[in-house]
Amino acid sequence: MSDKYTRLVSHGIGKDLAKRLGLPQPVVLRRHEPGRPLIDGPVLVQGSTGGADELAATLLDWNLDVRRHAIPKEKLGAIILVLDELAHPGDLEKPVLTAAASLRDLAPNARVITMSRTAGSATEPATAAARQGVDGLLRSLAKELRAGATGNGILLAGGARTTSPAALGALRFFLSGRSAFVDGQFLTVSSGAGQLPDDVEKPLAGKVAVVTGAARGIGAAIARTLYRDGATLILVDIPAAGEHLAAVANEVHGTALQLDISRDDAGQRIIDHAAARHGRLDIMIHNAGITRDKLLANMDAGRWNSVLAVNIAAQLRINEALLASEHFRDSPRIVSVASTSGIAGNRGQTNYAASKAGVIGMVRATAALIGERGGSINAVAPGFIETEMTARIPFATREVARRLNSLQQGGRPGDVAEAIAFLASDAAGGISGEVLRVCGQNLVGA
Amino acid sequence: MSVNGQSVPRPQPAAASAAGKTQHAGAGPAQLRKAVVVGGNRIPFARTGGAYTKSSNQDMLTAALDGLIARFGLQDERIGEVAAGAVLKHSRDFNLTREAVLGSALSAETPAYDLQQACATGLETVLGLANKIKLGQIDSAIAGGVDSASDAPIAVSEGLREVLLDLNRAKTMSRKLQVLSRLRPKDLAPDAPNTGEPRTGLSMGEHQALTTAQWKITREAQDELAFNSHRNLAAAYDAGFFDDLLTPYRGLSRDSNLRADTSPEKLATLKPVFGKNLGAEATMTAGNSTPLTDGASTVLLASEEWADAHDLPKLAAVIDGEAAAVDFVHGKDGLLMAPAFAVPRLLARHNLSLADIDFFEIHEAFAGTVLSTLAAWEDDEFGRTRLGLDGAFGSIDRAKLNVNGSSLAAGHPFAATGGRIVASLAKMLHEKGDVNGRPARGLVSICAAGGQGVVAILEAL
Repeated sequence: MSDKYTRLVSHGIGKDLAKRLGLPQPVVLRRHEPGRPLIDGPVLVQGSTGGADELAATLLDWNLDVRRHAIPKEKLGAIILVLDELAHPGDLEKPVLTAAASLRDLAPNARVITMSRTAGSATEPATAAARQGVDGLLRSLAKELRAGATGNGILLAGGARTTSPAALGALRFFLSGRSAFVDGQFLTVSSGAGQLPDDVEKPLAGKVAVVTGAARGIGAAIARTLYRDGATLILVDIPAAGEHLAAVANEVHGTALQLDISRDDAGQRIIDHAAARHGRLDIMIHNAGITRDKLLANMDAGRWNSVLAVNIAAQLRINEALLASEHFRDSPRIVSVASTSGIAGNRGQTNYAASKAGVIGMVRATAALIGERGGSINAVAPGFIETEMTARIPFATREVARRLNSLQQGGRPGDVAEAIAFLASDAAGGISGEVLRVCGQNLVGA
Repeated sequence: MSVNGQSVPRPQPAAASAAGKTQHAGAGPAQLRKAVVVGGNRIPFARTGGAYTKSSNQDMLTAALDGLIARFGLQDERIGEVAAGAVLKHSRDFNLTREAVLGSALSAETPAYDLQQACATGLETVLGLANKIKLGQIDSAIAGGVDSASDAPIAVSEGLREVLLDLNRAKTMSRKLQVLSRLRPKDLAPDAPNTGEPRTGLSMGEHQALTTAQWKITREAQDELAFNSHRNLAAAYDAGFFDDLLTPYRGLSRDSNLRADTSPEKLATLKPVFGKNLGAEATMTAGNSTPLTDGASTVLLASEEWADAHDLPKLAAVIDGEAAAVDFVHGKDGLLMAPAFAVPRLLARHNLSLADIDFFEIHEAFAGTVLSTLAAWEDDEFGRTRLGLDGAFGSIDRAKLNVNGSSLAAGHPFAATGGRIVASLAKMLHEKGDVNGRPARGLVSICAAGGQGVVAILEAL
């Protein structure tokens, strides 16, 4: 699972050689470590609006080294480009080109984060054009950034402001090492809901969370990350995976629930377990999924049905049970694992892509239902992640697949877990119905 | 009325017990509190030489413990006491259970002890720990057992052992050489364990063959019992019954001895392996006898208060237990017939009859063992002369016998069988709930080497 190439070209002769030969030069990404600062180096808040001023003041409260104007040659940890009052495409020039002058001063693993409003909420065509312009700007800029730096955007909708809890939550996430493999992505903050944690190291303290498919790979990483963030865990996997499930459960001080989620009563059994042991359930992470790849021309009912049953039908049924349960009422959060295959399609994965696109549809439609009880639902779509599953891809195919993104490397299971942990936290309360890609800005699928 | 100390008090007539007397068994002295079964965990049982060939008793017991800890969230918990044991035990495993605890996710401050009572080891750990809980000595406990016939200890011969010990004591080189000169080639042959009874030299199977013939148990009846065991165990797996009783281990997620597709016809084709020299027709085959098996099981026991404080389920109460032994050496009773005496004594103590039991878990060492025991209970002569009753002890409703399979299908890692049965029975009782206004009641009966047997009553909570 280790990416030897990235280590080889990260320093010394390997680095020099890769540069001379024009080979991809992935760097070892900055990832979150408890106790480390949110970001190293000064943060430049670019923009002259009231929203930018308020944001800069908030960042000072976070003890960040905030700049309102760049100091030439000073290495920057991040540039936050506040574009919350765009009315015309012409309004882009000044803030964007000013920020551009600082791009060469970005430190390795720096961050560029835009904060703007959703185009859909504009009534004036010129305003919509300006706001949509940010989309193309940011996605292109993210592809220009080097040395582990990423570019992501926060979109404000409805009454959300630059300092709304979820906007600040998303900003923290994008600034931090938690978003190491998230690049070229937008998150929409649609309301002022949400709450920043009392202890930034334990944003899930006191929460009871269920993770399905937790025995190995991304599921086990989710369990470890939620545990690190303070959650109490119930880990679910099929009975046959019980040995690994027990090991993970003992590692994260959780309980192992051996259960096939495609059973009709799976939702009720999860609720019963959570209610009996903890009196309630706060977070549901739908991670369990299977692949049964075959070209559609060769597809049989067994492969098609099993993938649809586990990957989407089970989630629908469990969510229905959860939303009807009295134990899932206190700002409940659901996060589903989708896939970039469900967005861009993938040869040989019609069944899998249908199920994962189905997850995205379900998440968008469920947002209103869970919003009625103050909760949220979102999806995370992983790209190429270094797991036991992708380790079985033939070498050449794997090597191409893992370099085909802006960060020129595969992500880690922990990168997906970080995005899920953020979306499951109250800091993301104002974000719902969203799909966040964790793909290093994969060239496939936009 | 007493015949050689094996007599039992007369049970109250069933009519009397149904007419108003409390049917709640195990009321016991008022100061005793309840010991409850919270749940259990075992690893799938593997036929010897199979999936667990390279696993030691300590590996398997630790795995079973870790699965239990994961199921109930007991990480870093200081449990009152853990007791387990193995029948086939290496001398280095003198502290087997404590070592398994230290290797598990439990608090290292959890005390443990080993126990050994042949195949009754597992059930005896349950009873001993339940008694401690009832007395208030501990609030929580884990009972268990493990056995590996694959990783069995092999000892050096007596001759070599004596030479090696003397060699260690010899101080001079000439003395050492003198000691070594005593070695003979035959001393180098290892001493492997066997299931033979030390006092008779007969294997357990040969002993049972005597009993099977004595009680005139037919081949067909034995094969039918074996078939039912496989059918019931397979159905229980298919229904998900073991989803919260078992944690897969080393790639195995079901007992490897289970033959879901077996049939009475297939079983009828097997050649007899025991009792071939008895004169009577040999009826015991590999199909209606348990194979050597590797595996481990655990049971979480607690006081009601401890279970409640930890938000854990209470499946069943451990009501009472009874041990018995028979004089098989002089041929008075069959080697594995002790439960035929223990059960009547235990039920009499609680004013119960066989009709008051809703689940019978009679360990299937051999199909012949179960059927001989039932035949003895149905026999007037046995009831009068051996149990001291007016007539036969009684018969059971076969539909209540080993309803989710037993050792013939699951296999029988000696010390692990008690834990397997108690955890499964507790779950069955909890699901059954009440029967005719009283808690469902289950009987466990396990025969053991040395002519012993341990039996117990559990009641639904």
